[in-house]
Amino acid sequence: MSILSLFVVIPVLILLGLWIARNLNQVRGVMVAGSSCLLALSVWLTVAFIQARQSGNTDPMLFTYSVAWFKPLNIAYAVGVDGISVVMLLLSSIIVFTGTFASWQLKPLTKEYFLWFTLLSTGVFGFFICIDMFTMFMFYEVALIPMYLLIGVWGSGNKEYAAMKLTLMLMGGSALLILGILGIYFFNGATTMNVMEIAANNHIPADIQNVFFPFIFIGFGVLGALFPFHTWSPDGHASAPTAVSMLHAGVLMKLGGYGCFRVAMFLLPSAAQELSWIFLILTTISVVYGAFSACVQTDLKYINAYSSVSHCGLVLFALLMMTKTACTGAILQMLSHGLMTALFFALIGMIYGRTHTRDVRKLGGLMKIMPFLSVGYVIAGLANLGLPGFSGFVAEMTIFVGSFENGDTFHRAATIIACTSIVITAVYILRVVGKILYQKVADPHYLELTDATWDERVAVCCLIFCVAGLGLAPLWVSNVIGDAVGPILNVINF
Amino acid sequence: MDYSYVFLILLLPALSFLVLGLAGMKMSHKVAGLIGTCSLAVVTVLCYYTAIKYFLIDGRDATGLFPTVTAFDFVWIKFSELLTFTIGFRLTPISVMMLIVISTVSFMVHIYSFGYMHGEKGFQRYYAFLSLFTMSMLGLVVATNIFQMYLFWELVGVSSYLLIGFYYPLHSAVAASKKAFIVTRFADLFFLIGILFYSFYVGTFSYDLTAMPELHQNVAGVAWVMPMALFLMFIGGAGKSAMFPLHIWLPDAMEGPTPVSALIHAATMVVAGVYLVASLFPLFVEFAPEALHWIAYIAAFTAFYAAAVACCQSDIKRVLAFSTISQIGFMLVALGVCLPGETSGVDNTVEYADVNGLGYMAGMYHLFTHAMFKACLFLGAGCIIHAVHSNEKMYMGGLRKYMPITHVTFLISCLAIAGIPFFSGFCSKDEILVACYNFSPVMGVIMSAIATMTAFYMFRLYYVIFWGKSYYETHKAEGAHQPHEAPLTMTVPLIVLSAITMLVGIFGTLHVFEFGEFVSANGIGFGTHINWAIAGTSTVLAILGICLATYMYKGEETPVADMLARRFPKLHQAAYRRFYLDEVWMFVTHKIIFRCISTPIAWFDRHVIDGTFNFMAWGANAAGETIRPWQSGDVRQYAVWFITGTVALTLVLLCI
Repeated sequence: MSILSLFVVIPVLILLGLWIARNLNQVRGVMVAGSSCLLALSVWLTVAFIQARQSGNTDPMLFTYSVAWFKPLNIAYAVGVDGISVVMLLLSSIIVFTGTFASWQLKPLTKEYFLWFTLLSTGVFGFFICIDMFTMFMFYEVALIPMYLLIGVWGSGNKEYAAMKLTLMLMGGSALLILGILGIYFFNGATTMNVMEIAANNHIPADIQNVFFPFIFIGFGVLGALFPFHTWSPDGHASAPTAVSMLHAGVLMKLGGYGCFRVAMFLLPSAAQELSWIFLILTTISVVYGAFSACVQTDLKYINAYSSVSHCGLVLFALLMMTKTACTGAILQMLSHGLMTALFFALIGMIYGRTHTRDVRKLGGLMKIMPFLSVGYVIAGLANLGLPGFSGFVAEMTIFVGSFENGDTFHRAATIIACTSIVITAVYILRVVGKILYQKVADPHYLELTDATWDERVAVCCLIFCVAGLGLAPLWVSNVIGDAVGPILNVINF
Repeated sequence: MDYSYVFLILLLPALSFLVLGLAGMKMSHKVAGLIGTCSLAVVTVLCYYTAIKYFLIDGRDATGLFPTVTAFDFVWIKFSELLTFTIGFRLTPISVMMLIVISTVSFMVHIYSFGYMHGEKGFQRYYAFLSLFTMSMLGLVVATNIFQMYLFWELVGVSSYLLIGFYYPLHSAVAASKKAFIVTRFADLFFLIGILFYSFYVGTFSYDLTAMPELHQNVAGVAWVMPMALFLMFIGGAGKSAMFPLHIWLPDAMEGPTPVSALIHAATMVVAGVYLVASLFPLFVEFAPEALHWIAYIAAFTAFYAAAVACCQSDIKRVLAFSTISQIGFMLVALGVCLPGETSGVDNTVEYADVNGLGYMAGMYHLFTHAMFKACLFLGAGCIIHAVHSNEKMYMGGLRKYMPITHVTFLISCLAIAGIPFFSGFCSKDEILVACYNFSPVMGVIMSAIATMTAFYMFRLYYVIFWGKSYYETHKAEGAHQPHEAPLTMTVPLIVLSAITMLVGIFGTLHVFEFGEFVSANGIGFGTHINWAIAGTSTVLAILGICLATYMYKGEETPVADMLARRFPKLHQAAYRRFYLDEVWMFVTHKIIFRCISTPIAWFDRHVIDGTFNFMAWGANAAGETIRPWQSGDVRQYAVWFITGTVALTLVLLCI
């Protein structure tokens, strides 16, 4: 049994604990204990992984373990991690940990809420540790379904519509995915579902690859907010409860980028080379389009959702650039966007919980009333617009430098267009910060509101610490990621 | 050659920022201010020590140049095998000079703010941001590579944003801070693209020409790259240094506290663009002399435009802001006119430094002197605003009786900026004019004319503040407050800065202090010689400008000025409204970007793209509704369909 299985076992134990828990305090206790364990485990895994790499272990996957699960289709429970999955696990556990604190005061049905929340995280962790296509897909589905209930039951606003839309669109993506996965499986001789084994012994004909690449790329791309399949994101985020928005934008959307890289591009390399230009155009549109859309939104969550479209578009954009630097930047951007956007959604949720509105036009002067949350919001905003010292700068610069390594005019033009997003981002971030935090208090009722409680402070401080930490000392992370990206790119650029 | 301590120069302000930022709210104002000021005092001492060590103790090396010392340089991100983003500390003559300028002005501003910000809400936050700014600015000037410069470039931008928006309940302050950030960010976009082009073709982020022997091979065959990359980088610099048409943020930035205007928007951050061009100067000379000339033309136009606008402004800080824009124009003109003819490479001769490279020395010299006297002017303006509680000139007048120290220091600085001998501005501006005449007589004449305008509008400002009709005396009955001299914490920095202005001026004019010995285009020292043909003319012109201002503005009434404003109302109004450039920019951002791009995109997203998916959902739903009656549960209906179907099928089969 590999240590990695603990990432699935612990959430299952949390589910068990929650089921037994009798009152609110016990529920919270179980969640804190469980998510702390996950956090500790992922930190330990990161350290162990770096040590293993330093001691000269150059296997593409570490901590591997495989057991046959469904023989006739060669489905196995196969786990293993490389640098990319390690940082993704770290990100997920941070978001789950802070998400627990961000939904500390959630009522009603707290226990049921945390049950679904934990089930969702089980899916996420399972997805990142698996290297078997079908098992990955299974965990992917496990992560999607709870979203429907979490939004539909605990959401706000037009929640039934949003929940339905989100689930249906992502399910549509899964339908494409399963077709693509079966296509890869059967056209590669129907011997294994293991990603590493397929990649090592890949004899899918090029024209077949061209058929199945769009299936998988779009299937994962829907989750990665690829234009024009992103419209679930604004509605879904706007209606979702705080911690769900955090987990969804922070981690779930990263499943998309991760899947595109690990399955679509890794297993269908010649198609990736051949068709990348189409998707590069779409992602470039995503980047700029999301940023421009965010400029005129009035709902705080819509602004952040469109900003996520822009930033996640940058992830796929960088992956399709297919240079080592750009792909490292893409993974850094996943990490960075995950942390920043979780911070943003957490703060928006906390502000909304007090003012009961997210309408930019009705808010104002919050800096005086809730200084802690407002300062947090300014920091999140500055991080989001790529200020040095925060993770966004590191990720974006790595992406831009990497993208520029492609010398042809098409890639250059795409890079320059994508670069303009840094200005547009500044426009919409500063517009919101100026409107809601500064100036005069918009409504005298707001004067009675209070600042953050201790549990909210834990969540916010923890995320700010991570965003700043990654921004100040990025070298180790980018090394871990770079080492993992290299072999995959060697396959793609064979 | 041991400079291992220099990391403290960056670390101390950073720590002070963290301490004040995290724990500031729990401290008293005094403690917070002292933490900020003390850490900066140490930094200032270290900077002066570094300068003395670098210029005087270590001095020139065997080749007769000041060596480039890299105190430390560590890898921050490794992009690829070639491109590594390092953060380090690099000492060159100009970076050491900048250390002196930044630490001096910043230290003075820290002391001054004790008095100016006394009792303000957010005092701790203010000092935290000052520390952040100082750290970023110091990091910018000691950058070992272009990307480090870009990193700190963004950080100074954000410190400026935070400090302009310090009075955040005011709408105007928020709008100004937003404008400043977005305009400079827009310029930074070009800077970034320039860096991307540069680094890709050159294969490094370093801009040290001498350390890159293979540079010519790398860019051979792509001759267009270097001029383009360098010019793109200059656009970034133009944004920070408020060159036309990217200057629009600077006058609005005066919404910030006045000491901030003195530090950031007069002495240090706004000259970052000048520093950038100076740092890249060898590259410009080698690869893009035409780009350098274009910089000169843009800067000359900016200098003229800003001087014209400054003549008509009524807000004293805005006059100073436009004067800053104009003076930065002078510095960039000086850098731009360095190469009159076709010269390739920097010759290592004294003649080169004296003739072709004179503009470089002059530009840097003007940067140095301007920082001191402009900071003094701004801090003086702060004392005045503190005394009369307004920025508008109509609330001033006749203040010389009430504020003697401010008056004298302000006058000294005005004389310096006007370019009167024995004041520092004279030495530097004279060299700039000589360099301009070397370049072309037309440029020389234009710049002399702008220098005259400078003398005129500065003395217009001086007279309306300190002479003329006193607002207090005429409005005493209505309860106007009596203006009073500022406290000691505020006057001491004024005295120090004007003393520096005087000393540099006197020793510079008498050739005791030679700036060219320390900073020159190719590193070889040379003695400046005042070209009295040019210096004499420009002095006479400056005195003429002053006389004109005296004639028009000294008296109780200003009949001539009023008459001119009445005779040319359109021109006056246009200059007062800064030739409507703000309106143009507002049109571009609000009407075009928001109305014509963002709003349609958002509409398209909600109605077309989302509409398509909703339509698909509706289609599925409608299809379901349509076929639902088929499963009615009515047995007779099923029987009809069954029989119809059987008959139809039989017929079909029979036909086949």
